[in-house]
Order: sequence, then structure tokens, then C-alpha cells
Amino acid sequence: MKADIQELEKTASQIRRDIVRMVHGCQSGHPGGSLGCTDFFTALYFSVMNHDPKFNMDGVGEDIFFLSNGHISPVFYSTLAHAGYFDKAELATFRKLNSRLQGHPTTHEHLPGIRIASGSLGQGLSVAIGAALAKKLNGDKSLVFTLHGDGELQEGQIWEAAMFAPHNQVDNLISTIDVNGQQIDGPTKLVLSLGDLHAKWEAFGWDVLEMKGNDMADVVKTLELAKSRSGQGKPIMILMHTEMGYGVDFMAGSHKWHGIAPNDEQLQLALGQLEETLGDY
Amino acid sequence: MKKYTYTEKKDTRSGFGAGLLEAGRKNDQVVALCADLIGSLKMNDFIKEFPERFVQVGIAEANMMCIAAGMTIGGKIPFTGTFANFSTGRVYDQIRQSIAYSNKNVKVCASHAGLTLGEDGATHQILEDIGLMKMLPGMTVINTCDYNQTKAATIAIAEYEGPVYLRFGRPVVPIFTDPDQKFEIGKAWMVNEGADVSIFATGHLVWQAILAGEILAEQGIDAEIINIHTIKPLDAGAVLQSVAKTGCVVTAEEHNRLGGLGDSIAQLLATHTPAPQEYIAVNDSFGESGTPEQLMTKYGLDAEHIVLAAKKVMERKQKCEISI
Repeated sequence: MKADIQELEKTASQIRRDIVRMVHGCQSGHPGGSLGCTDFFTALYFSVMNHDPKFNMDGVGEDIFFLSNGHISPVFYSTLAHAGYFDKAELATFRKLNSRLQGHPTTHEHLPGIRIASGSLGQGLSVAIGAALAKKLNGDKSLVFTLHGDGELQEGQIWEAAMFAPHNQVDNLISTIDVNGQQIDGPTKLVLSLGDLHAKWEAFGWDVLEMKGNDMADVVKTLELAKSRSGQGKPIMILMHTEMGYGVDFMAGSHKWHGIAPNDEQLQLALGQLEETLGDY
Repeated sequence: MKKYTYTEKKDTRSGFGAGLLEAGRKNDQVVALCADLIGSLKMNDFIKEFPERFVQVGIAEANMMCIAAGMTIGGKIPFTGTFANFSTGRVYDQIRQSIAYSNKNVKVCASHAGLTLGEDGATHQILEDIGLMKMLPGMTVINTCDYNQTKAATIAIAEYEGPVYLRFGRPVVPIFTDPDQKFEIGKAWMVNEGADVSIFATGHLVWQAILAGEILAEQGIDAEIINIHTIKPLDAGAVLQSVAKTGCVVTAEEHNRLGGLGDSIAQLLATHTPAPQEYIAVNDSFGESGTPEQLMTKYGLDAEHIVLAAKKVMERKQKCEISI
């Protein structure tokens, strides 16, 4: 599926509207990281990945994606709905009782598009490696994509996985880290410094790329570049530089909107900055 | 008392190794993962025959559990192998989120469970793993008693769809079950029919229960001995039927008395037909270094203690009957 940059930006605008409306609707959830990663999700599901919205858990013959930082579920759910995995009207049930759209993504409610539960951080890279190994065993040439938060890298299991993938030449794996420099308690550099991420991942043996995560053209270009570098013996890591809360001026660039919902007035302010392009749910 | 004899002793982990090889031969979707304990888990034969279906993860158990979960996406049936301590307590959240809650078809296979790990001591002797695993919704929990049963269970869980915790051990123990047995998950095995007391035993304690049954028989006590190899789902019918007949219970396991087989049976009985019960289990403590035999004796997990518990619980039953 290919789409031009302008079309992708229109889709991203609608997804951002969905995010603030979903979080407002249940007065909980994580708008900051969701807004920051919207361009990435849009590019992935509407341009980069070869995937089938007639969901099949095993995903044989298609590219598959794992969200490791599960708290940015609003952007994942809206993207899946617009991509045709389920009816976008269901977005209104987000975080409400008896919903398939749980606070954090789960396979437990059988929501199409979700292949693993995530929320407890640091597990998704290992899961993706497992799926990538299964693809290799199955002779399946398609790819596995992941997304992680930068704060999530403070979990030790990430580095177990970081060591494993190059050693085993898991080169059908394209991972991305949302480098927004923010986490719940404040800037990552104050909470627990991540150091030189480029040097760290390279030292572990990954092919490391950098990407401007809120520049749709650069996101598409870099993800395509990553695809072209798959199958060459190394797993690929993209350091995606984003602004938490991107697209809504009063949410942007601060950890304060990591996990709180806008009130009625703030919702209207936010929606005023995000064009309705595909129709609200 | 039905007679049980043995001609050979072997470790249950070798039963796992043999079962894994056979499961691998039966189904090419079976894969194995290990965290730097290939020899201890007896995985060498599988690796030799199916090198491409084996993943060496290194000393990184959290990574191993989640890689296993990921491999199910694409149809693989992963068997993870490491010590019971590192298979459960160390990776509880990984199993909880990526395997149990995600309902992935992963077989968590755990050796060196309990005190019989021996000299390495308490850091490695997990006595809480059955409790940890049985509390996870959807998790099947199995603790096998000898080489043959472990082999059969390993083959059976490969054919079962869903997450399983399979617990076995390090020491050589008598082989007394049928080599050609068909292992039925969730179906208790009637070791000996009796009328005076029900002894429900799992894992290494099954052989001790048989020895206890022989001693009790000599003293005129007719013990019913049932092997509960599947702690979850518990064979409630078998337990209730037996207790309806005997009216008192001894449970025997190589585990903390909190959270193990004994608690599962106590809960079942309390909500159906309450009966006096004695626990043969570790009394809420850690283990220590020693030989397996020394430890099992010191912590009261042997035939002699089962005999004492059986007599005590029969006395309690009599007092209950009198007071009624």
C-alpha cells in the first residue's frame, strides 16, 4: 500500500483527533506519546507495511507490528480502525467496561490487529524477535516491526534482547524507539540518562538509523530505507526523534501530558488545531 | 496395598529430554529454547536431531520467555527449559503478560524444582512455583513423579493448545509408572484404592506415598493413594469421590504448604465436603544445602512423615465423628 505524503498527513490529522477524543471520552489514557508517534503509525500502516486487515494471528506472509510501549494504545487503536481492522465506531468504547479496547493492548478480547498484550514495559522486543525467528523457520520473507518508548529502555530485558538479535542475525526485524526525551516523572535525562543511544545500539551490533518522527516524508523515507537494509545480517534500529504531544501546542514537548486527559475546554482547543479529514468516529 | 516395584532409577528431567525429542519427531512445529542449561535440562538429543529448531538464549530468562511467546505467532510450539526458579519467580511478569494473558501456546518446562535440587541451596530451590503458576488464569500446572510420567507428560503437552507449566526435578528416583502410559492432562491417577485415608501426592512425593502406604498396610490401615500430577486444572471429581469414601486427607508435595497442591485440595473440600487434612509440605520456609535425601528428611517430606500424618488425620476424623 503506497500513499502520497499529503494523504498520509491527512490521515495522521484524523488519528490525532481520535486520540484526544478517545482520551477525553474516558478521562484517562496517554495522549502525549500517542500524538508524538502518530506519523510513525500512519506511515507504517498506510504506506510501509504489507499487511492484511482481515486479521490472522500468525501473520504468515505479511509484515507484522508489535507495540512494546502499550500505553500509547490510542494511536494504535485509531490506526487499526482506519486501516480496516475493526469499525472506527468502536473507538468510542476505549477504556470503558466490556470494551475490546482495553487501557493497554491485549489479545484477550480478540481485537483484530493485536498479537500480544503489552503495557508492562520491556517485553515487546523479545516477542518481536520470537516472531521474526518463527518467520525465518517458516521461510516467510516478510518483516517484523516494533515500537518502544525511550524511557522503556531503562528496563533490563531490552538489553537482553539487544544482545540476542545481532548474535542470531535477526535481520528481518525493524525496531523503532520513540526518542521524545520524556517519561512520567520528567525528562529522561533527569530520571535516568539513556546516554548515547546511537553508539549503544551500534555497539550491540545493530544497524542504526535516525529519523525525524514528526516529518512524514522523513518517516516514510527512513522506514523504506530500513526495509532496503533488512536481510543483511543485522537487525535494524531506528532512533525516531519526536515531540511528545506533537500537533496540539499546549501538550507538545512536555511530560505533563504523558498520562492525563484533556477537559472539555482543552479538548475543543486541541480539536481546533487538528483538521477533521476523514470524519470523526 | 497394590505392589509397586522398580528395576531402574532415573531423573525426571531425563524423561523430559526423551519426551521433547519424541514430541519434536511427532510435530515439526515443536521448538526448544534454553537459557544456558542444555545439559541440566537434557535437551542434547533434541538439539542434535533438530539443530535449526533450537534457540540458545544465554543467561537471559526474561528474553527467553518472551521470544517463546513471539514464536507462537507463526505457529511454533515452544518449549522453554531452565531451572524452576528461573522459569517462574524470575520471569513472572513475562509469563503473566506475554504468555498467560496473551494466551500463547508456550510450554514452560522447569527442572530442579524444590528441595531435591540439593547442594546448591535455597537460592535455587524454589518452593513457591506451583503457587505462582496456578494463580495465572488459563495456566495448566503439571508436576510429574518419575521418568516415564515426565516423558509422557512432555509429549501430551505438545498436543495440548495453551500455556503449560511442567515441573520436574534433578535427582534419580525410582521408575514405577507404565512406560507406555497415555498421559491425560487433568486426570488423576489412582495408585492404590483404599478406605481409611486419602493420600493425594504429586511429584517426587508419589513414591514416598507408596512407601508410606506399604507401612500403613502393615499396621492395618488401608490408604487410598492418588497421584495428582495435574494441579491445575484439578481433578475435582477424583478428589471428592475419594474423600467421600475415606473422610480424611493427607496431601504431599515438594513445595511450600502455602499455595501448593494442599491448598488447592483444601479449597475444593472447604467449598464441597470439608474434611480433616494434614499437609506434607515445606512449612513456609526456604530450603538449604544438603543431599536431596537429607533435605527431604529434615523438612519432613518422606514416607515416615506421611505415615505420621495419615495416623494423625485419622484420629482427627474420629474426633469429628464422635463430636457429631
